[in-house]
Amino acid sequence: MEASIGWSATESDTNARSSFLRVRNLVKRFGNFTALDDVSLDVLEGEFVCFLGPSGCGKTTLLRAIAGLDPQNEGTIELGGRDVSKLPPSARDFGIVFQSYALFPNLTVADNVGYGLVNQRKSRAEIAARTQELLTLVGLADQQKKYPVQLSGGQQQRVALARAIATSPSLLLLDEPLSALDARVRIRLRDEIKDLQRRLGVTTIMVTHDQEEALAMANRIVVMNHGVIEQINTPNQVYRKPATAFVADFVGSMTFFDATITETKALRVDGLELKCGAHPFAAGTAVRVGFRPEEVQVRNVTANAANRIVTHVTSLDFLGSFCRAKLKPQSVSNITILADFSANLMRDLNVAEGQEMIVALPPESLHIFARP
Amino acid sequence: MSVVLVPRSSALAAFRQRMDAVTIRIGVLLLVAWLFIIIALPLWALLSKGFENSSGAFVGLDNFVTYFSTPTLFNSVFNSFWVALLATAIVIPLAFGYAYALTRSCMPFKGLFYAIALLPLFAPSLLSAISLIYLFGNQGVLKTLLFGHTIYGPLGIVIAQVFYCFPHALIILMTALALADARLYEVADALGTKPSRVFRTVTLPGAKYGLVNAAFVVFTLVITDFGIAKVIGGQFNVLATDAYKQVVGQQNFSMGAVVGMILLVPAVVAFAIDRVVQRRQVALLSARAVPLQPKQQGLRDAAMTAYVACLAVLIIGVLGTAVWASFIVYWPYNLALTLKNYDFGTFDAAGWSPYFNSIKMAALTALIGTATIFTGAYLVEKTRANSIGRSIAHLLAMLPVAVPGLVLGLGYVFFFNAKWNPLNIFYGTMLVLVVNSIAHFYTVAHITALTALKQIDPEFESVSASLKVSIWRTFRRVTVPICMPAIFDIAIYMFVNALTTVSAVIFLYSPSTKLASVAIVHMDEAGFTAGAAAMATLILVTALAAKLLHLALNRLFFFRAQAWRTR
Repeated sequence: MEASIGWSATESDTNARSSFLRVRNLVKRFGNFTALDDVSLDVLEGEFVCFLGPSGCGKTTLLRAIAGLDPQNEGTIELGGRDVSKLPPSARDFGIVFQSYALFPNLTVADNVGYGLVNQRKSRAEIAARTQELLTLVGLADQQKKYPVQLSGGQQQRVALARAIATSPSLLLLDEPLSALDARVRIRLRDEIKDLQRRLGVTTIMVTHDQEEALAMANRIVVMNHGVIEQINTPNQVYRKPATAFVADFVGSMTFFDATITETKALRVDGLELKCGAHPFAAGTAVRVGFRPEEVQVRNVTANAANRIVTHVTSLDFLGSFCRAKLKPQSVSNITILADFSANLMRDLNVAEGQEMIVALPPESLHIFARP
Repeated sequence: MSVVLVPRSSALAAFRQRMDAVTIRIGVLLLVAWLFIIIALPLWALLSKGFENSSGAFVGLDNFVTYFSTPTLFNSVFNSFWVALLATAIVIPLAFGYAYALTRSCMPFKGLFYAIALLPLFAPSLLSAISLIYLFGNQGVLKTLLFGHTIYGPLGIVIAQVFYCFPHALIILMTALALADARLYEVADALGTKPSRVFRTVTLPGAKYGLVNAAFVVFTLVITDFGIAKVIGGQFNVLATDAYKQVVGQQNFSMGAVVGMILLVPAVVAFAIDRVVQRRQVALLSARAVPLQPKQQGLRDAAMTAYVACLAVLIIGVLGTAVWASFIVYWPYNLALTLKNYDFGTFDAAGWSPYFNSIKMAALTALIGTATIFTGAYLVEKTRANSIGRSIAHLLAMLPVAVPGLVLGLGYVFFFNAKWNPLNIFYGTMLVLVVNSIAHFYTVAHITALTALKQIDPEFESVSASLKVSIWRTFRRVTVPICMPAIFDIAIYMFVNALTTVSAVIFLYSPSTKLASVAIVHMDEAGFTAGAAAMATLILVTALAAKLLHLALNRLFFFRAQAWRTR
């Protein structure tokens, strides 16, 4: 899992560079519904940022406010040191790609890509050369004369991407660009977009509800829920140190239990005494504690290992490259621990349902959140 | 499906399913036969008549040679053509602007302005011609505005046709403009595109199909409309009036058939082009498109409102003139109000009976037409037996849209008046008028029914079969109730059109079945323009009342009964 997280900028790295997009105290209301509630955000030059969250969390609204397509009710937006809060979309200098591709159906691929260049009153030869260059970049140089309906979804989205970057905008906005594609094409195009973005160095914001996409592509992830930002950090940090229970649950999977803090580095879950890492809560506080299924330790659990639990396997779900097991501690019967076992481990330990299994929950892997 | 579970009812169920199969087969055969009688055979009668002489012998192309070598006849082709072209060239831009304002701006009172624009649909085409005579005719109050030109002739025809065809073009263009992908406009905007280029590259291509379609519909309407040319055409001969003169005036059926075939050409061409364009129009709006919501723009919205209000005032003015004039003692010298123009007995021996004939005819057309067309559409769409029969039925059902009323009327004369035809006992009866109207308006009603039926889960019939319920029970208990709004739409469409149509029925009435629209033509011919205006007003009011009743029923009844529609 960790290996696939990929590119990750450290926090010191991001702080060193200057902020290219500054969003301050943005509020957007639709009637009584508050879609964005006092959102502030900085995006660095050349950075790839993902807005991640469930549908209705405000991520698309935020993107459209930045584009000027749905202007905010309050707050300011600065782009490259310029206040664009009140400017129409055409005066903001960005390229945009939609989930629906939004290619002009009556224009050829080449005319679609050159659409913005015509607006800039470029010469015909210049437009042709630039169009050719861009289509080569997205691997569609031989499809110039075709119409959008004659292309596959993935090809259409590449054309839309070429059109968005044709005018060399300083900001690229991607609104769920991969959601309409089938799984295989999605992963290929995901790598292509990431590669293209790194080569061009264009500051990019992508909206997605797919956590795997965000983890794989972004330099930093902005996790949103109910119109507020829950966490902004690198994929690695968002995954390893989720700021809230929502983030922990939305990014990756996590099993949660109600727990009570017993002392500075220990807590109790239903009669199960567990050691944990440092936390800000006082003894006696009711908290939520969670841990990821892949962090359950199975091999080399010594007799005096921390959080050693004797369990038995109640069920096994085969999920391809790994198995998700439900484990019941022998001492307390009413909690279930989810654990992911790799195919290797399954084979080596010959895991089967009903079998006894001694596991450990490393104290540092327990995530402790305030009880809502 | 265990046999043990259904031991006793299985025999009954099997019998029921066999009965279903039989009734469906019979139903499809009846449908095909019915459509042959009301659509295919009359058209065939018209086509064959063109190649026969007056005694019924085959003469090849002789009639056509005669027609095209007689300048007085041939001249009408040219006249009809340029008048229709001019009217189309005026109507389409006017209606496009109106439709654009109603769909793409944030102007106020959209519903009201849309309703006003549709008003001409509820009156016979000649109402606008009658109004123009009151305004610009020999006794016209605004005659001086013409600077010596006469309204009787091409000028009057074109202006009257513009009013008559405006709602037809508007409806098509509204549909074309109503659906647009907001994302395309956002992309164009983000790329810094000027509004004129957005209009040229996004708006117009999106409405292209609607524009082509509307242009052909208007062209065909104008070239085949009989009422306006008859009332305001004066000495200006056009195809539609020629057909009337040949058949009714001179009893020259062969020459009438030739004119009818010429009138068929633009409609058939339009139909063919419509098919081709429609096939190329696929997927302009993908499933993921986001519908465009117009945004407020003060200046543009104000300009749009002003434009739409101007046209709306003109439409009301023209319709209103005829209505007002129908209550006037002696236009324009004595403008006192009176009801004497509604005492139709003083103008025409038939008195009020044409009005009641019209109501009866329209009601029967709506009733019989809706029942047969919807059941026919159900057989075509939802049953699986006799696929050849169903294809033929669908093809015949799609045919009338390409046949102008005048041409269909001629076909009915030739078919139902023929000596060899046992059905000729019906000639001149109310039944033929009703059947002719059903055939005339078949296609739109058929498509409406098909559209509604296509929205229903196609597995209902399979489910009813698996539940061992007769397919007709499912039809009655599920399909018809679900489609009730569409069925009402069809009924009101048939009623209003049957009430206002002139062109087809002018050949088919007899003294006892004379219709209101025919009485208007006769009163106008005899110089009783006020009486004609009064009768036209009566039809307008009746059609509007029927439409309002339809709207009220829709609101009252379907708001609750169709509760499942709202999530």
